[in-house]
Amino acid sequence: MNKLLIWYGELTTQRRLTKRGCQFLGLGMLWILLFLVLPGLVLVVVSFATRGSYGQLEWSFTIENYKRLLGFSVFGWTADYISILWRSVWVAFVTSLIAVILSYPLCFFICSRPERTRYLWLMLVIIPFWTNMVIRTYAWFLILAPEFPPARLANLLGFIPQNTPLYPNAFAVYIGMVTIFLPFVALPLYASVERLDWSLVEAAQDLYASKVRVFMQAILPQTMPGLSVGVILTFVPAMGMFVVPDLLGGAKYMLVGNLIEQQFGASRDWPFGAAVSMGMMVLTMVSLYLYRRKHKEMQFI
Amino acid sequence: MRKIHPAVTTLAMVTLAFLYIPLLAVAIFSVNATRYGLAWRGFTLDWYVKLLHNEAILSAAWNSLVLAVVSTVIATILGTALAIGMDRFPWTKKTGTTLDLVLHLPVVVPDIIFAAALVVAFGLLRMFSSLFEPGLLDMIIGHITFQVSFVALVVRSRLVSIGRDVEEAARDLFASTPYLLRRITLPLLLPGIMAGAMLAFTLSLDDFVISFFTAGPDSITLPLFIFAAVRRGVTPQIHALSTLVLLTTVLLIIGMERFTRK
Repeated sequence: MNKLLIWYGELTTQRRLTKRGCQFLGLGMLWILLFLVLPGLVLVVVSFATRGSYGQLEWSFTIENYKRLLGFSVFGWTADYISILWRSVWVAFVTSLIAVILSYPLCFFICSRPERTRYLWLMLVIIPFWTNMVIRTYAWFLILAPEFPPARLANLLGFIPQNTPLYPNAFAVYIGMVTIFLPFVALPLYASVERLDWSLVEAAQDLYASKVRVFMQAILPQTMPGLSVGVILTFVPAMGMFVVPDLLGGAKYMLVGNLIEQQFGASRDWPFGAAVSMGMMVLTMVSLYLYRRKHKEMQFI
Repeated sequence: MRKIHPAVTTLAMVTLAFLYIPLLAVAIFSVNATRYGLAWRGFTLDWYVKLLHNEAILSAAWNSLVLAVVSTVIATILGTALAIGMDRFPWTKKTGTTLDLVLHLPVVVPDIIFAAALVVAFGLLRMFSSLFEPGLLDMIIGHITFQVSFVALVVRSRLVSIGRDVEEAARDLFASTPYLLRRITLPLLLPGIMAGAMLAFTLSLDDFVISFFTAGPDSITLPLFIFAAVRRGVTPQIHALSTLVLLTTVLLIIGMERFTRK
């Protein structure tokens, strides 16, 4: 253990090297353990605690919060919370799907630009990526206002009464979610599309593959790494999003993020909020697991 | 350069329009002379002038700046040390994997769950000290926690790309650890550290969820202010404020690209 050794030009001992390494790592690691890992564990514990009548924590441990999340209450069984959880998964799924469908043409278009201007086009995707999501969400208030064509069209088609905006409703939530998350898919996907080996695509075309088949077997597998990163970057935060449903969905289209926010804000029910967070974490993990399993199967084909 | 189908071009243009039309609308209505409604009543910069006289907005901007600067400075120092510690020492494979896992935690945990965990943890800490009342300190701690990982990841990739030859040569010539850090490692790392710091700064300015859960009444930041304001109803002043935030973001991105492309 304490033998002399040469580590990149330095004569030292294993013990001294480890000690110095720990000095470098120490503060940063301690910080993450103290302010992320520890609070996470506390959250797990609190999810089994009870809410006192003034919103304070009481340390009598039950699984009441989880039963409530699954819909069991003194008034019998309701699907309220389960439907919120399910809706969050569904919204995250649809958002990812639409973002992927829109990202492919966008990435192909940027890659088809000459080298000189390609970078500028890419910047057009990077800017929304970094723009504050509150601003990007409320900006839709203007476009969906009653004075503008989208709301007028919806009115003509009989979806909404005259002089009402096109929000809050489910449609506005999807619009908002897709605008927020599109760059999250497009940027990683672009990295893959840029490196695409077009000779494989041409080979498939030479062999009379249909357009669908060219995409599924020549383009999709090659862009899978970027696509996977993009989908995960979208799906996980989309499930917990609460700004978009809060502003564009109103009370009618609540997602799990709003439910958590409510427990820590207005309702002041930390134990239940912690239980909902745990439920969301489990759903996230299960979704990622399913996604990875599907991904592996695709590689077999 | 490859030829693409006109339909692909059209779809790409529609997608870009979809991303930018709302933002353009905000910019346009920030110079519209009417207070209510969305009819065009001529160009004005009044709303921008009024911003400068609005105490609440000025203090929100100040809070955002203090929060971003303080958290970025601390996170950059911690993150850089963390990156050097992880990359330059002979950790066993198992230790390395564990360190890697912990480092990636703040990146992969959904931010709302992280925020909820912080609320609960600070709530319990408050039993021992009033220092942890919701406010700027809580926000700074929260921001540093997610920034550290991003800084460490960026700096580590730079550490890998500069290699260890120069450091080894310096060690051969009997450089001490502080001397090596000061004269060799840190100067070589500087572009990576700057890129990491810029990223951390932008992340902090951009953050809404962590701030929303940990803020107190005196520590409202710009995104929180805008959120609260648009819930009451949008005004041209908010459009002007948003436009300024947007322009700052664009400037920051350009700065960040400069550093990372070198």
